[in-house]
Order: sequence, then C-alpha cells, then structure tokens
Amino acid sequence: MDKIQKNLLEQVAGLHEVPAGAYSIRSNGTNAGRNSTANIDIVEKKDKPGIDIIIKPGTKNESVHIPVILSESGYQEMVYNDFIIGEDCDVTIVAGCGIHNCGVDTSKHDGIHTFHVGKNAKVRYVEKHYGEGDGNGENVMNPTTIIYCDENAQLTMETTQIKGIDSTDRITRGELKAGAVLEVRENIMTHGKQYARTEFEMDLNGEGCSANVISRSVAKDTSKQEFFSRINGNAACAGHSECDAIIMDESCVTASPQLTANHVDASLIHEAAIGKIAGEQLIKLMTLGLTEEEAEQQIISGFLK
Amino acid sequence: MLELRNICYEVEDDKEKREILKDVNLTIEDHFVAITGPNGGGKSTLAKIIAGIITPTSGQILLDGEDITELSITDRAKKGISYAFQQPVHFKGLTVKDLITLAANRPLNVSEICNILSEVGLCAREYIDREINNSLSGGELKRIEIAMITARGTKLSIFDEPEAGIDLWSFNSLIHVFEKMRKEINGMILIISHQERILNVADKIVLLSDGTVSAIGSKEEIMPKLLGTETACRTLMEKAE
Repeated sequence: MDKIQKNLLEQVAGLHEVPAGAYSIRSNGTNAGRNSTANIDIVEKKDKPGIDIIIKPGTKNESVHIPVILSESGYQEMVYNDFIIGEDCDVTIVAGCGIHNCGVDTSKHDGIHTFHVGKNAKVRYVEKHYGEGDGNGENVMNPTTIIYCDENAQLTMETTQIKGIDSTDRITRGELKAGAVLEVRENIMTHGKQYARTEFEMDLNGEGCSANVISRSVAKDTSKQEFFSRINGNAACAGHSECDAIIMDESCVTASPQLTANHVDASLIHEAAIGKIAGEQLIKLMTLGLTEEEAEQQIISGFLK
Repeated sequence: MLELRNICYEVEDDKEKREILKDVNLTIEDHFVAITGPNGGGKSTLAKIIAGIITPTSGQILLDGEDITELSITDRAKKGISYAFQQPVHFKGLTVKDLITLAANRPLNVSEICNILSEVGLCAREYIDREINNSLSGGELKRIEIAMITARGTKLSIFDEPEAGIDLWSFNSLIHVFEKMRKEINGMILIISHQERILNVADKIVLLSDGTVSAIGSKEEIMPKLLGTETACRTLMEKAE
C-alpha cells in the first residue's frame, strides 16, 4: 500500500496499520487485506462485488473494520455489503470511504450497506467519507444504508462527511420492531460547489420502538445541501428528527421533514433550524482573544463534533 | 489603569439622534469598581465600549496609558480586557471544557479546570463535558461565564450585571464568588450592578445616569444617595411623565 492509500485509510478509519480483530480493506476494487475471527466471518460475495459480514450470536466487545479506498482517478464501483449481526451481540463496526483523485475523471463509490441486527443486539456503526486530490476530477459517493432492527435491537450510526466529496446522495432507511432503538447522527460540511443530499426514512413498526435522527451540517461557499426525513409511526413509538444547519457565504440549505403517524400512540417530533453563525457567538469568542476567523473555526468544529 | 476621555455615543432612533453617553470621563484604578444607576442610563453601553464591542461616536480609551480606542475586540482581549456578558451566549457543540480552555489560551488538565469551576461553585465532574446550551440553567451559565473570566486572569475584568436573570439562591452564592474574587484576583474588576450587596464589596462606586457620571466615590459617599432614592424617584417621575 502506498503513502496516498495509507493516508486515506487513516482519514476514514483512523488506522495506521492493520487493525486488530476482523477487517476487510478494499482498495481500487480489490481485496487489500482481510481477516476473519472466531466470531466474525467475512465472506466475499459470489454474485456481485461486496462482502457478507456474519457476526455470531453473543459476540461481545469485538470490532470490524471495512474501509474502502479509491486512489486511481476515474475508478467507479458499486459495492454491496451485508451485515448479519446475531442475537445479543455488542459490537462496533467501522466503515468509511476515502477517495484520492488527482486526475480529471470522476471517481465514484456507491455502496449499499444492509444491516440485519438480531434480537437484543447492540451495534455501534461509524462511517466516515473523505475526499482529496489536486486534479479536476470529481469525487462522488452515494452511500445507502438499510437497517433492520429486530426486537429490542439497538443501532447507533455516526456518519461524517467533512471534506472533499463533490457530490453525495446519502440514503438511510430503518425498519424497527418492538423495543428497537435506532439513532443516527450525521455531520456534514460542504464547501466550494459541492452538493450533498441526505434522505432518511424510518418505519417504526413495533410497540415501544424509537428512532432519533440528528443531522448537523455546515454549508460554505456556493455549496448546496438538501435534507429529507420521513418518519412513519406505525405503532406506539417515539420518533424524533432534527436538522440543524449553519449557512455561510452563498450556500443553500433545504430541510424537508415529514412525519406520518399511523397510530394514535405514535409520538413524532421534528426540529429544524437553519441560520448563519450568531454574531454574539463570534463576539464572545473574540472577547477571549480569538480572531474572527479563529472564532468561526471553533464554532464550526464544535458544532460538527 | 483605565481612562475614559470624553466618551460620547449616539444612536439614530426613528431618524432622531439620541445620546446614550454624553461626554463620559472616568479613570479606573481601584481594585474593585462598581458602576450603578437607573436602567437605560448607559452602563452596559459603556462596558461594551471598553471591551470594543461598540465603537464610541467620539472620545478616547486608554489602558495603562496606551490608546486602545481603535483596537478590535480581539486585540483588546489580548491586551488584558475580559468581558462577561449579561446574557451568556449559547454554543451548540462547544463544552464547558472547550470554552474554559479557549479562555485560558493554553491546554488545561482536568484538575486545573476543576479548580477554576470550583471557584464559581460548580463541580467539574458534573459540568466539564456539558454543552453550553439551554440544558444549563441561567445561574449555571452565569457561573460558567464568570469562570471564563477568572480562567483568563487579565488585568481588567468587566462583569455586566452578573446578578441579572438568576434566582435568589444562586445570587447568594454569587456574592461569595465576588467577595472571594476581590481578595484573590490581581488587577481591576469593573462590575455593573444594581445589587446593594455587590456594591458593598466595591472600593469605589460610579453612578451613571442619563448617559453621564453623576457621582463617583466610596460606598460610604454614594450609598446614601442611592438609598435616598433620588435616582429611583427621578426615573419613576420620568416614567410617569
């Protein structure tokens, strides 16, 4: 693996070397390293690109890293990864995609991640998207995440896209059975002429299940962001979505929440706030000795933390 | 030493000019100075002018003999002026630890932050990772605001009505914070307040009403004037008119 690939790996998965535990590293469409463990099996799909990650019931405190890196300009791929998480597991899954594009062609990674979270299992899913490169070629990423939570299953998803992705269409869908808990936290920053679209659709089907979708974003320069969320309460459940955006320069942010209650005991809430950085926040930090630019930087990095 | 020379500040209200501060001259060299006076008398404006948040229409501000009138908020902060807001600002995502560290302008370890927070009566363990947002009460935000000023430890600390918006219980413990600060902080403390108990701690009291300094002196000299309700009566009469 060369220096560029190593840097991408560090950016998206925080890895300096081969991770401990189960992992699968995909680099320009090929397998750049894979390891299964006693409890976590990673199997190449036979009919299409991608892998199955099968986690045995009862697996606790283990992690899986499945980063994808693209460093060949113009490389485009569509990958399918399925996660089968057994009952009573407690695991962390770290995914992510890094693109280095120094050419003129569009590099593109489309991925469909499907999670089947078993009864009473607990999953933390961390995903980072990052792009770089000094060429004119665009970096495009379209991640789709589909989450099926069985009874009392819990999944927390932390997804981040801070830099270098020119265009993204992110779709996250969840279906929850009784007592399941799904929490999604999304942090996005766009700059230049970038475009980011995120769409959430949550079906709260089981009694006592709950979903919480929190999106925080910063749009700079002439970038454009669109946020769509649909929460369908089909049982006695609790749904909450929140879109909080800082708008700067000549950027544009749209938030379109939709709540549908199909059950009298469905409790659904949406909050949306779009606005520039408050002047008094800048002034407060300036009275502590920060310049206006430093203050702005602190406010943004805190907001997207 | 802070010197204000001929400070005037005018605003345009419905196309009519209104003088908020009228030729204010004031020299502050005592350790603990309180500015008091009726609402709308120009106290907060004066504090903001010292911190650089508002630019005066005319006049000069000198800090230790140096003219700082043209300096930005940031430059004045670096010269040693701290300013605690009357209404603490909320920050999504920034924590108590973040702001105290920014205020101190150096990395702080947990025990240092703990010392700073305990000065204002907060337990670090409970607060260090809390976001500065409306999950904190008014009293808690006020204490954190004050903690930021003590973390800076600059030569001039300005507090704009620290008692505003807090409950009586919080106020009682806030008084102790200022009594302690008076003993321990080096440098000048300038506090805008209506509270007799805070004024009692002051070495000097400045009475600012209708945009001018109407009296200045020790608490023994000024307090009788305030308690004589001369100011209060005038305000009420004006309101009645």
